[in-house]
Amino acid sequence: MDVLWAVLVQPFVDMVSAPDFLLQVLWDGFVGGVLYALIALGFVLIFKASGIFNFAQGIMVVFAALTLVGLYALGMPAWVALGLTLVVMFVLAVAVERLVLRPLVNQPDIILFMATIGLTYFLIGLGEFVFGGEPKVMITEALGLPTGMREWEVFGGVVFFQEIDIAAAAIAIVMVVGIGVFFHYTRIGRALRAVADDHQAALSVGISLEQIWVIVWFTAGVVALATGIMWGARSDVSFALQIIALKALPVLILGGFTSIPGAIVGGLIIGIGEKLGEIYWGPLIGGGIESWLAYVIALVFLLFRPQGLFGERIIERV
Amino acid sequence: MTAAVVPIRAAATDAAGPPLLALEGVTLSFGGVRAINDVSFDVRKGEIRAIIGPNGAGKTSMLNVINGFYHPQQGTITYKGTVRRRMRPYDAASQGIARTFQNVALFKGMTTLDNIMAGRTLKMKRGFLWQCLRYGPALSEEIENRRAVEEIIDFLEIEAIRKTPVGKLPYGLQKRVELARALAMDPELLLLDEPMAGMNLEEKEDMSRYILDVNRLWGTTIALIEHDMGVVMDLSDRVVVLDYGVKIADGAPEEVQKNQDVIDAYLGVPH
Repeated sequence: MDVLWAVLVQPFVDMVSAPDFLLQVLWDGFVGGVLYALIALGFVLIFKASGIFNFAQGIMVVFAALTLVGLYALGMPAWVALGLTLVVMFVLAVAVERLVLRPLVNQPDIILFMATIGLTYFLIGLGEFVFGGEPKVMITEALGLPTGMREWEVFGGVVFFQEIDIAAAAIAIVMVVGIGVFFHYTRIGRALRAVADDHQAALSVGISLEQIWVIVWFTAGVVALATGIMWGARSDVSFALQIIALKALPVLILGGFTSIPGAIVGGLIIGIGEKLGEIYWGPLIGGGIESWLAYVIALVFLLFRPQGLFGERIIERV
Repeated sequence: MTAAVVPIRAAATDAAGPPLLALEGVTLSFGGVRAINDVSFDVRKGEIRAIIGPNGAGKTSMLNVINGFYHPQQGTITYKGTVRRRMRPYDAASQGIARTFQNVALFKGMTTLDNIMAGRTLKMKRGFLWQCLRYGPALSEEIENRRAVEEIIDFLEIEAIRKTPVGKLPYGLQKRVELARALAMDPELLLLDEPMAGMNLEEKEDMSRYILDVNRLWGTTIALIEHDMGVVMDLSDRVVVLDYGVKIADGAPEEVQKNQDVIDAYLGVPH
């Protein structure tokens, strides 16, 4: 009885009795969720257009952030460094298409997936070779991003908002809406979806696979850069970040591998869910559930809705 | 069969018309298997050309060679006067070769309208940045192409399924959407891989009518693979027959029908 009380009732009593604290937890979860969503968005872009789960998305985040910090350290202005980083991500996209995807065209998806694992270790090696292995500090201020703290007095308490978090949320929303509209209403967006559905048919109407792949990998690179800046601003820019990127897996399972809104909603559910779980239910078993709760949620989801919340229904005609 | 119901078509072809497409000594092998062995034939401008043959004769491989999915080891492909060894799918598409597939290759998650609009890809030229803005020139381009697509939708009578994801449509309609997507490319040469496979009589009649209308109204040259002999004999101006990758007959439908080799290939010969 005590256990049931502690699991089912007590946490909610705590929430109601300290609404300001609850709000703080929800905000922290929301921000974490936005960042998960951004990472997941990178995965979704590439998965949609080529059916590949791009294992290298995490390291692309690190690599983009390292490049930005590294170029700034060479003494150039932040905006120039940002522009050059975009160029580097574009070159990376072209190189991936030329050297990895094109020779493997028409191979089973699992082969391409393996290739992205290879790409991951290549980028880790290259990153360490060029920039060194030690953690770096993101150049938040030089980029003109806010770093202050805002307070909001509410419910007889104070809720703190990091300005960088607010900026992250705003940038994420703009990117997601932009990409969503682009995918849905333009020729290139339509071509992207066409390639995702059927390579042969896409070729037959004159869509160039090469061009589409470069565009998606570059877009994923831009998303990776944004994620790297935001995440780097909250902690350091280090290779450990790519482990966090694996949190995108439960997000994708929840939201569906092919859905951009799914990546967002999934990210938010995971972000907020794990924060709430950690704060209110964690102490029951000694804490630390944040690191695995997301995967449990994803597993439960797999049982009931394997295509995810927004994934394309698997339509089978017999 | 359908012989009685399809209207007999006035010969649209100028028999001496220049070939739009000519294949010369094409040989295609996969490892040790020769799918196509030294086949030559041509397709004249404005005609309906049928490619027939028993299962596994190499018909689909032939289409794949023409639109650049397969690259033959030997032989040449002459299209619109340019001789080349191999096509690339992009070149084939941009020079006006459109096709449909034997097992319907549509973009299943997309609506009928989006599928057909995808066929206009090469007609829309505005660059990446304009596309991002989707304003001004990019928007007017979109509208202009949408108009062309609506004409095709009217022509094929698929107005009602405009917004339906094609994965949900019945097979016959999927085939029609696929034809619509190919037509959206304003093709000069239309390749149809078994356009009537798996259709009932009524659907076959409709499809035959559409194919004839496309040929007559728009002057589109058509090369088609079909198993329904009634349809082939009624629709086509000339027929080429393949068997085990070798061309065994070529000519007007009536001639081919009487050809002993063709009869043997279809019915078998006692050994």
